[in-house]
Amino acid sequence: MPDSHAQSAVAHQFDDAPQQHHADTLGMWLFLATEVMLFGGLFTGYAVYRHRYLAGFIQASGEMHAILGAINTAVLLCSSLAMALAVHAATTRKKNQLVGFLILTIVLGLAFLGIKATEYYLEYKDHLIPGLNFAWDGPDPKAMFLFMSFYFTMTGLHALHMTGGITVMTILAILAARGHFTAKGNSNTIEMAGLYWHFVDIVWVFLFPLLYLVR
Amino acid sequence: MEQRHPTIRVYLTVWATLMALLVVTVLAAIPRTLGGISTVIAMLIAATKAVLIVLYFMHVRYAHRTTWIFASAAFFWLLILLGLTFGDYFTRGWTVGTYGK
Repeated sequence: MPDSHAQSAVAHQFDDAPQQHHADTLGMWLFLATEVMLFGGLFTGYAVYRHRYLAGFIQASGEMHAILGAINTAVLLCSSLAMALAVHAATTRKKNQLVGFLILTIVLGLAFLGIKATEYYLEYKDHLIPGLNFAWDGPDPKAMFLFMSFYFTMTGLHALHMTGGITVMTILAILAARGHFTAKGNSNTIEMAGLYWHFVDIVWVFLFPLLYLVR
Repeated sequence: MEQRHPTIRVYLTVWATLMALLVVTVLAAIPRTLGGISTVIAMLIAATKAVLIVLYFMHVRYAHRTTWIFASAAFFWLLILLGLTFGDYFTRGWTVGTYGK
């Protein structure tokens, strides 16, 4: 019986499970490559202006809440571990573990967004949001404005990706609780969603030192 | 053919290393006098963390060679974008004074 179940997890266009897994992985990495380009453009623009207005960027970075940023980095790294363990539970067909680790991933993702929202609120109170209430009395107001624009665009796009990831994980957790992945042994969906989650983590790994720790 | 995946012990070791590298990043940023060197350190650490995540959490270390090509291509194209752009902007100052003479 387990064999026939495993067989039914393979879509009809594939010869076997490894071929399907390989195709899924390549497709996901192709998508992630487009994501690297999307964030890459922002990183490139940021680097050019940081090079041009370094003193202003150092001053602006000093207004960041670096401790909250560091805590958020730790939260995301923990969520990536939870995601990796969820994939492990899916491949070893442990339903309760899978649901548990997916929920832990979601909770840590929400904690990240909560801390990020707190930071945004503090920056709102500091009048640092371009287009909303930006006001800066100190030196280099233009570089300050530029940095904050990059900051909100990059962290905002990242937060949007987090929101998308949490939505996907929520759907997967519901399906997992119904035994969708562990009954037939089709763990690919969990693994591909995991690739996306880890990618979003990698983006933050670069955003944290670039935005919070400019020296 | 069974898919090869890291063990839980490997996941925990990678996670502990990532957390340690985060601490190093924060500590390296505390002396504000280091200037550009601390940026280089921070970027090297970030790249190391990214490689660890890609190889172990994203299973690329255990994956088929075509997956290696797809994953590398993503970052190779990023290097072209960064390299050619920086090659322009970061060297503009070098030619100051040679124009219009």
